[in-house]
Amino acid sequence: MLSFDFEYYKPASIDEAVQLFQSLDRQGKNPSYISGGTELITLGRVNKIVTGAVIDIKAIPECLVLEKQGTQLVFGAAQSLTVVREKQFFPLLSKAIVEIADHTARNKITLGGNICANIIYREAVLPLLLTDSTLAVAGLNGLIQYPINDIFQQTLQLDRGEFLVQVITHKQETELPFVCLKKRRQWDVGYPLLTAAALNKNGQIKLAISGLCSFPFRDKRMEYSLNNRSLSMKARIEEAVSRIPAPVLNDVHGSAEYRVFVLENTLQEILAEWEGAGDA
Amino acid sequence: MHNHTSAEITLNINNEDRTVYVRNADTLLYALREKLGLTGAKPGCLNGDCGACTIIVDGDPMKSCLMLAVEAQGKSIITVEGLQNTAIQTEFIDKFAFQCGYCTPGFIMNCHALMTKYPDADDSVIKDWLESNICRCTGYQEIEAAIKAALAAAKGEPG
Repeated sequence: MLSFDFEYYKPASIDEAVQLFQSLDRQGKNPSYISGGTELITLGRVNKIVTGAVIDIKAIPECLVLEKQGTQLVFGAAQSLTVVREKQFFPLLSKAIVEIADHTARNKITLGGNICANIIYREAVLPLLLTDSTLAVAGLNGLIQYPINDIFQQTLQLDRGEFLVQVITHKQETELPFVCLKKRRQWDVGYPLLTAAALNKNGQIKLAISGLCSFPFRDKRMEYSLNNRSLSMKARIEEAVSRIPAPVLNDVHGSAEYRVFVLENTLQEILAEWEGAGDA
Repeated sequence: MHNHTSAEITLNINNEDRTVYVRNADTLLYALREKLGLTGAKPGCLNGDCGACTIIVDGDPMKSCLMLAVEAQGKSIITVEGLQNTAIQTEFIDKFAFQCGYCTPGFIMNCHALMTKYPDADDSVIKDWLESNICRCTGYQEIEAAIKAALAAAKGEPG
């Protein structure tokens, strides 16, 4: 039960949505865009999100695109995680998605919703960071494409009134060898401890992590350490871990020390996948 | 531009159009139970975690606590009240796949959607789908037996 009331709009075009936001904002209604809308309910019911107007983008055709366009794959932000996964255009993304929430919830959670979520995990971001995907963002200046590694800094850096329309990924990048490991404290269900996704491009490992810090990230310095083959595998991992770019989470799901321990072992698994057991 | 925070909407539930007045902030679960008297979908966590409120929307299982009633306009909604003598219901009884019964409607709806969409579902698909529902009585073995028997029966195999 949500304790606050809001107006509900379902525009049929990008322009209508952008204009609607501006109008509602001028009226002081603190509008919010939704696609899956799950966080509106889960955070709204505990008053962590309050809005006076909701703009549902699920009727905007551009947000529902899911197709190969030449050398690119285009994913509409309002497509559910289940649909994106089942399309199997992008194996690493499908693998990351299958570990998000649960199957029924993924019928409602959308790709754009996961990228823009408040929840810290946002695992769908990891494959996009690794493949240097592009995000198409709508706002008053029209539809503009940004490299995800520029516009995603801890969270998606959108200006007020902007919303994510599409994710665009080069097909070639999606065909690279990958590893995606989700670690939970126990069993196969429950909240994750951390997720590490890695791509191997011409022998160079790219790494993105979620659940370790309070935001998903890809860190070039950590990647440099992992790829520094002048060091032993153990030393590479230790150096990478020393370069974690923000405080490690220390919460009920796992202490910071435990998370680092799990990360070290996960990195070892990733390196072993491509380089054998090594000298760790 | 109108300025309404509630509206009269029409929902197609169990192949019947039902008109209901809801707040835009009402979840579909709340509308089903409190406005339409369809109490089969159970309120559990109200946070999308437990699956007790699972219904079927356009053929897919959905947690009705995670969906606004206004979002369900124009969609085909099936609740457990809309299932009668289905294979999965029969097998839940035969396999004793319930204890307190609170999670049962959610499991049945999820299993029914699974059978419809993936009649050849293997163990990994069954596991992936059924992880969406929680049984506090931990009757998982019997539930697994029920879905496997229902799938087998639908294919004419011994359960």
